Amino acid sequence: MMNNLIVSGSPHIHKPASVSRIMWTVVISLIPALIAGIIIFGLDALWVTLAATCAALLTELCFGIFTKKKITILDGSAVITGILLAFNLPSTVPLWLPVVGAIFSIAIGKQIFGGLGQNIFNPALVGRVFLMASWPKYMTTFTGPFSYDAVTSATPLAMLKEGRVLDHISYWDLFLGKHGGCIGEVCILALLIGAAILLIKGYISWHIPATYIFTTAVFTYIFGAEKFFGGDWLFQILSGGLILGAFFMATDYVATPLTARGQLIFGIGCGLLTAVIRIWGGYPEGVSYAILMMNAATPLIDRFTKNRIYGVK
Amino acid sequence: MKNSVKEFTKGLIRENPTFVLVLGLCPTLAVSVSVANAIGMGIAATFVLLGSSLIISLVRNLIPDKIRIPCYIVIIATFVTIIELCMKAYSPALNRSLGIYVPLIVVNCIVLGRAEAFACKNNLGRSFFDGLGMGVGFTLALILISAVREFLGSGQILGVTLIKGFEPIFVFGMPSGALLVIGLLLGLFNLLKDKKA
Repeated sequence: MMNNLIVSGSPHIHKPASVSRIMWTVVISLIPALIAGIIIFGLDALWVTLAATCAALLTELCFGIFTKKKITILDGSAVITGILLAFNLPSTVPLWLPVVGAIFSIAIGKQIFGGLGQNIFNPALVGRVFLMASWPKYMTTFTGPFSYDAVTSATPLAMLKEGRVLDHISYWDLFLGKHGGCIGEVCILALLIGAAILLIKGYISWHIPATYIFTTAVFTYIFGAEKFFGGDWLFQILSGGLILGAFFMATDYVATPLTARGQLIFGIGCGLLTAVIRIWGGYPEGVSYAILMMNAATPLIDRFTKNRIYGVK
Repeated sequence: MKNSVKEFTKGLIRENPTFVLVLGLCPTLAVSVSVANAIGMGIAATFVLLGSSLIISLVRNLIPDKIRIPCYIVIIATFVTIIELCMKAYSPALNRSLGIYVPLIVVNCIVLGRAEAFACKNNLGRSFFDGLGMGVGFTLALILISAVREFLGSGQILGVTLIKGFEPIFVFGMPSGALLVIGLLLGLFNLLKDKKA
């Protein structure tokens, strides 16, 4: 069943799935992670997500009116951008931060290029990187889980980068999200539920997420510790934004390669870059930069992985 | 006279070196962090443009065609050296903040471009007004970009804080911010041009 639902190069067969239907399904699949975020970080997480989503919708509406094009706020893509952007923020940010980020995401990340389908980068990540470069002090202050009075706590990856001991965090805690981090990235369980919806529905294929996660794991296993082949690969998979990025952001239809072969290359590239940034880079986390860099490489990948036209050598 | 006015005004908007010809982006990206830098750079480039356009249009019939580029470079480099020494003497602070970009005016494509495209084909008067117009156009473009960048990136214009409590957007002080601002302004210019046409 999977095989005839993969997004591939033309020719296509018509089916009832429309853009807005797919987009709204993605929104639904993000809801478990949102609920988990609210449970872990309190209502702040909800306000941040609502602020980002509303700002994204408003910006989309303004652009629609200003450019006199069709108003596209109901196709769900702006909602996804808003939610994904909020998922990449700590719950403690002042509320104007997600608003500015969402405006930037939609305006500069998407509409400037001509709207949905034309953007070369994932809009939510564009917004996140913009906020990260502009206000790093807000973007790297995290609260610990279940401490609603905002006790700051570093993310596991940041602790690893600073060489602090990590033994009080078990894999199980990482899987359930009981650690500091961004709103949507902490609870792996909830993210996997959402990803399963998309995979079963056939709206995303396994190629990018699987190769992405596998490559990161292998690379951090080999180079992640002092000696070779001693890295803690399970920790690397479960911490940071890898799962969120691999299933929900690296699978963006617009900014990723069309063919299965291209998607495999894309996933491997993302995995390599993420591992390199995590191990040797200046930032503790590299998922957003890795995906953006591979987004930039997508036209090139598409060019070299064109499907052979039937009947032509 | 009418002709000279036309040669002057075309550099301001219609053939603006930064936004329409898209020349000389390297110094534009680098020095547009603050308005003070932009004004200094604009004046230096205008001086070099004016001087080199004048001399090149005077000697244009003496220069053999095959070695014209080296000749232009020698003339341009002379004026760059003059402005650099003046800047070092009278405004060392500005010289420090512009740094390597002052000597790099030698290879600024606006200067070389005007020498190659205009001064070597036109008489003294027209070349003078062309150089002046291009220089002023470049300066205005630099001031526009740097005003946006300085305001957004540090909340100030010419070192004066405008809005209290505004959290500066660091990214606009970085090279990526320069590319963003230039790209958006370029788009805006094209939009206005399309509207007019």
